[in-house]
Amino acid sequence: MNLFQPALSTFASDVDNLVMMITAIVGFWYLATNVMFFWLLWRYRAQEGVKALYVTGHEPELLRWITYPHYLIIFMDLFVIVGAIKVWYNVKQNLPEPQEVVRVVGQQWAWSFQHPGADGILDTADDIKTVDGLHVPVNKVVHAKLESRDVLHNFSIPVFRLKQDIVPGRVITAWFEATQAGVYDLQCAEMCGIGHGLMAGRIYVESDEDHLAWITANTPK
Amino acid sequence: MSVAHDHDHGAHDAHHHEMSFIEKYIFPTDHKYIGKQYMFTGMFMALFGGFYAYVFRMQLAFPNMSVPFFGRVSPMEYNAAITQHGTVMIFWVAMPVLIAAFGNFLIPLLIGADDMAFPRLNRLSYQIFLVSAVVLIASWFVPGGAFGGAWTAYPPLSADARYSLTPMGSSMWLIAVALEFAAFLLGGINFIVTAMNGRAPGMKWNDVPMIVWMICIASILFMASVGPLVAGAIMLLFDQNLGTNFFDPRRGGDPILWQHLFWFFGHPEVYVVLLPATGMCAEVIPVFARKKLFAYDTVLYTTIGTGVLSFFVWAHHQFVAGIDPRMANVFTITTVLISIPIAEMVFLYIATLYGGSIRYTVPMLWALGFIFAFLIGGVTGIYLGASGADIYFHDTYFVVAHFHYTFFPIAFIGTFTGFTYWFPKMFGRMMNETLGKIHFFGTMISFNFIFLPLFATGLGGDHRRIYNYNNFPELATPDLQNLRILATVALLVLIAFQFIFIYNTFYSMFFGPISGTNPWKATTLEWTTPENPPGHGNWPPDNMPTVYRGPYEYSVPGREDDFWPQNQQS
Ligand code: HEM
Ligand SMILES: [Cu+2]
Ligand SMILES: [Cu+2]
Repeated sequence: MNLFQPALSTFASDVDNLVMMITAIVGFWYLATNVMFFWLLWRYRAQEGVKALYVTGHEPELLRWITYPHYLIIFMDLFVIVGAIKVWYNVKQNLPEPQEVVRVVGQQWAWSFQHPGADGILDTADDIKTVDGLHVPVNKVVHAKLESRDVLHNFSIPVFRLKQDIVPGRVITAWFEATQAGVYDLQCAEMCGIGHGLMAGRIYVESDEDHLAWITANTPK
Repeated sequence: MSVAHDHDHGAHDAHHHEMSFIEKYIFPTDHKYIGKQYMFTGMFMALFGGFYAYVFRMQLAFPNMSVPFFGRVSPMEYNAAITQHGTVMIFWVAMPVLIAAFGNFLIPLLIGADDMAFPRLNRLSYQIFLVSAVVLIASWFVPGGAFGGAWTAYPPLSADARYSLTPMGSSMWLIAVALEFAAFLLGGINFIVTAMNGRAPGMKWNDVPMIVWMICIASILFMASVGPLVAGAIMLLFDQNLGTNFFDPRRGGDPILWQHLFWFFGHPEVYVVLLPATGMCAEVIPVFARKKLFAYDTVLYTTIGTGVLSFFVWAHHQFVAGIDPRMANVFTITTVLISIPIAEMVFLYIATLYGGSIRYTVPMLWALGFIFAFLIGGVTGIYLGASGADIYFHDTYFVVAHFHYTFFPIAFIGTFTGFTYWFPKMFGRMMNETLGKIHFFGTMISFNFIFLPLFATGLGGDHRRIYNYNNFPELATPDLQNLRILATVALLVLIAFQFIFIYNTFYSMFFGPISGTNPWKATTLEWTTPENPPGHGNWPPDNMPTVYRGPYEYSVPGREDDFWPQNQQS
């Protein structure tokens, strides 16, 4: 049973690696704390004729057991922070130049997409509009201009590890570069009303030839 | 000395003065009765919160089936169910039980006062709370149905009936929440004033039991954070009903503003309910380990540190909400840093066990269970605080599982800790240990089987607030569905085990063995009342307690008894 969604964008494995690093760190803490916890529970269970110790918690030789692990936590927190910001910077802050720009419109409760068409420029006569299916070329930096007609929505593509809220009244740009052709789920991941559970879109990642063929077949006459 | 206040029914000298039935049970000002009113109202509301969870979990495990006791769940009803579940559990279960019920019942008793500083304000607080609950419940039955825009109520969805399709439901929901806030503002000020002014002679700051500190700090956090949200709630109410546009961008409003107001309150709110629950552990663990609380003042500083930091992390809920992406870096740092005081606190509780003589009574099991479960909630929070990872996890079931590993321990495990521990003080009788242990293990095991699978479905891509995953090809797999079914079956088991608790509670309340005033051989003042349960005024007015030492003097060398009550001179 493989639960994980495959990692199919250029930054998807960066996100996954960050998750792995966090797992290693918190997994260590989780296990260490539990070993200590259960050991103490067993070792100091009430026994006939054994009285509990009287300590305040300020004895240096005892306090050590708290402070040293604690320094270690602070140290490891630094790795988490640096790792998180690095990934974040690449996905959300530093957008590479686009090779293709599409418009994604969320509304209650459907997606609509506008593709630049043969001339590669958005908002020209040869744009291709679709509902519920977004077509993009593989191995190209795509910018998605996210817009909403009504309430908040969210543009989420699990295999790309990409997620971005769509806010009415604003145009928010999300980027990705798909690394493998195929058809994947595109979810609305922000509560948008009764049909929120129905806002399932699909993203078609196509090789250059297929993408061209799709454009040719669908260009409005 | 007792708190100076005006009792509306004088006659304070006669300890056993008779009160009418109405005065005692319907409109009491006695803190113990108000505490119990809050307790039972909160537990009653938990039945609704749990019922909603049952309804939507059944729908997820067996889509489109007719759920027993409910019927088929439409998408609209699904959204309403999750929204009302979340709202009820946080505002009408966790808050009233942990803060109001335990705060009212415990604070005067633990500091040696005869009542709260403002008993009538206290009664008003409960009455407003009761009205808020009635408004909320009424909102489930109005035309158009209950509000379903999630407990976070993000506009524009929540601001406009054309989007939410619940014209009355949304407004009543908002009014109910606002009333509830008013009730807790009144309660909070009362707790703080009482703890500041009502302490027994001799009780210095470091003689105050930790739970009192925790409830007071929680009240301060609540009062400091809720103001902006109340203003926001009124703006939202205007948007809904008067055509203003504070939050609608098409006419100049800003939907993100609401998110800031909501989470500036919402994140501290998590600690508002967390602190009392950890306070229970701080009381219970020393008693049953027969040990002094490890590093009392450090526990207190970590609490204050957590409280202060909690005001600077709110935007971690909004990483991908459209805020300036540079802001995420700041909030990632503050969020990950909050692990420092919280981890320290957990370590100190665990360290209290060192050198102890541990008795596995039911309250102790719950306190230890809290630590065990909360640890999972704590470590999984790191994934979500790390902005880069949250891009994937945001609004998935990983988040749902994470916060239930904090909220379930808080609202249920914490409550069971306190309830089973102070039961003899509340009702003068002991609960049944065997039933208590069956309930403990049944609840803990099934709880883990509900939420561990949900971490996995979240990793697999399940996003929140979806009534049927079959609409998403990647999520309509048998593997994911089996996990969803496992979680639901575990919930049914968990619910079944709660009947044992209900039975044990009501049976023991009337037929349990008489407990005596100090059944656990504990040191704090509530266990020194001459009557059990304590009568009106708690102690005879001419014999109020005086405090000579800290709250956790167990196993002091050279003494025959292994506990040394706070009020014993030598
Ligand atoms: C009795 C056991 C519980 C179960 C089985 C349960 C289950 C769930 C599930 C599966 C969801 C997600 C629903 C969805 O997104 O479609 C949810 C949401 C939620 N739960 Fe619980 N829960 C339980 C107890 C609690 C408790 C004790 C609290 C808080 C004190 C709580 C607070 C919430 C909140 C705030 C939400 C979010 C609601 C929203 O999305 O608007 N739950 N619960
Ligand atoms: Cu949606
Ligand atoms: Cu938060």
